[in-house]
Amino acid sequence: MEQTIRVGGHARGLAATGRTDRWWVGTLLTLLGLTGFVAYATWAAFQPGHFFHDPYISPFSSPLLFVRPGAAGAAPLQHAWFGAWPSWWPSWLPASPSLLILIFPLSFRLTCYYFRKAYYRAYAASPPGCAVGALPRSEYRGETGLLIFQNLHRYALYFILVFMVVHYYDTFWAFFRDGVFGVGVGSIVLTIDAALLTLYVFGCHSWRHLLGGKLDCFSCDASSRLRHGAWRKASILNASHGLFGWLSLFWVAFSDYYVRMVSMGRIHDFSTWG
Amino acid sequence: MPERRFRVWRGDARGGGFQEYAVEVDPGMVVLDVIHRIQARQANDLAVRWNCKAGKCGSCSMEINGRPRLGCMTRMNMFGADEVITVQPLKTFPVVKDLVTDVAWNYERNKRIPPFKPRPRGADGQHRMMQNDVDRVQEFRKCIECFLCQDVCHVLRDHDRKDAFVGPRFMIRLASLEMHPLDAADRIPAVRAEFGSGLCNITRCCTEVCPEHIGITDNGIIPLKERVVDRYYDPIQWLARRIFGRGGEH
Ligand code: SF4
Ligand code: SF4
Ligand code: FES
Ligand code: FES
Repeated sequence: MEQTIRVGGHARGLAATGRTDRWWVGTLLTLLGLTGFVAYATWAAFQPGHFFHDPYISPFSSPLLFVRPGAAGAAPLQHAWFGAWPSWWPSWLPASPSLLILIFPLSFRLTCYYFRKAYYRAYAASPPGCAVGALPRSEYRGETGLLIFQNLHRYALYFILVFMVVHYYDTFWAFFRDGVFGVGVGSIVLTIDAALLTLYVFGCHSWRHLLGGKLDCFSCDASSRLRHGAWRKASILNASHGLFGWLSLFWVAFSDYYVRMVSMGRIHDFSTWG
Repeated sequence: MPERRFRVWRGDARGGGFQEYAVEVDPGMVVLDVIHRIQARQANDLAVRWNCKAGKCGSCSMEINGRPRLGCMTRMNMFGADEVITVQPLKTFPVVKDLVTDVAWNYERNKRIPPFKPRPRGADGQHRMMQNDVDRVQEFRKCIECFLCQDVCHVLRDHDRKDAFVGPRFMIRLASLEMHPLDAADRIPAVRAEFGSGLCNITRCCTEVCPEHIGITDNGIIPLKERVVDRYYDPIQWLARRIFGRGGEH
């Protein structure tokens, strides 16, 4: 790469740097991790079936709005919130429940302050690393231009809070097959998924702000004292927000994969139901 | 005593280049010590700014092997035995001479920040605040104004948007004033417009280089961005303000 040397001796241009450590490792891992997830999620979203194996439902397909009864590995009709698959659905699109709902968790993660950092660095080279040349642009505008929608992250949060409740509901029912309590590997997989999602969501910057961060005085009245306590707890999770972001991202894809494989009969789900 | 090789940028605003020095290094030395030894023994006119040698004055900021660091807090034993160590002035600010840059822009910007404006005193004639309320603000008060964060921030460093963005150091100064329980001024419109909070894309390099380990992005800039959202981008809060007046803000 051509680097022009100027006053101060600093290299200029995309990815130009004087750094001698392996600064690109983190960026590369982020690139691979995010690309891997997007590839899997896209593939999974276009699969019409195998998102269900009694009593497990893949988190990619929940809340389950409609089902096409009879599709291989689909949930029974009574599981769907609104019943049978709508007739207006274009025939060239697979009748996949994930296509209807994935937009919500996706927009939550897309506008997450942590993941913004991750993909601005890994995909937009803005910058690719610290003290490493950013992609040159005629006029850098940050999050003021096209990216202004990032300011609506809290609305994605509101939706995800509802999703979280649904995930706990699914997790609860993942311990009952035909009304009989039991534990399967799948029940544990889904429990971990709900737990990781919770740790991720409750460390969200917008959540932390709305809970109490927006106040200037924490001790002024009873409600602000209460909110201060909540803010402090959110701050603890917030300090590891990136970590929980990755763990929950990986685990939700793994949960989908697990349910899919069990539903396809490729993996045997060990359980107390026998 | 082992000899170490240093490449130090020498020159001024008109230009210059790297000069190599072989220096004896004693155990326990930091990069600033080595620079001083070069200055004492080989290059009496080598310019470097320093003051405390204790990581507290923020004067000795430089770029060591490409990373913005304090010269006095960078120990020699973190480098490999044969590693050539490259030392440069900060990239983001104009070079005066050798390792010394002119950081006046920062002080100029700082003057534009509306100062602390105390609320009226309580009924007993006192100003009172609780420790809980100032913990956040105290984190930002640890800043030593080394401007390493300003140097690394790509908005200033690569895109040279000094016209539109005040930089992380002053975002946290704004945050420390905005979050202060006894402050009555409203800087949110300026945070967004004049100081350019939207230019920061929260890629966190400022936080990574801060020698005081201040949570610049997580505790300062992002909370400010959220306050800007409250005021300018959140349609529900906008509506609430229209209906209930300022009370809709909480
Ligand atoms: S997080 Fe924002 S202020 Fe800090 S270095 Fe990145 S762009 Fe600059
Ligand atoms: S915030 Fe940290 S890096 Fe920035 S000037 Fe202050 S001490 Fe230096
Ligand atoms: S900031 Fe990451 S989820 Fe809100
Ligand atoms: S000389 Fe004071 S911080 Fe390095």
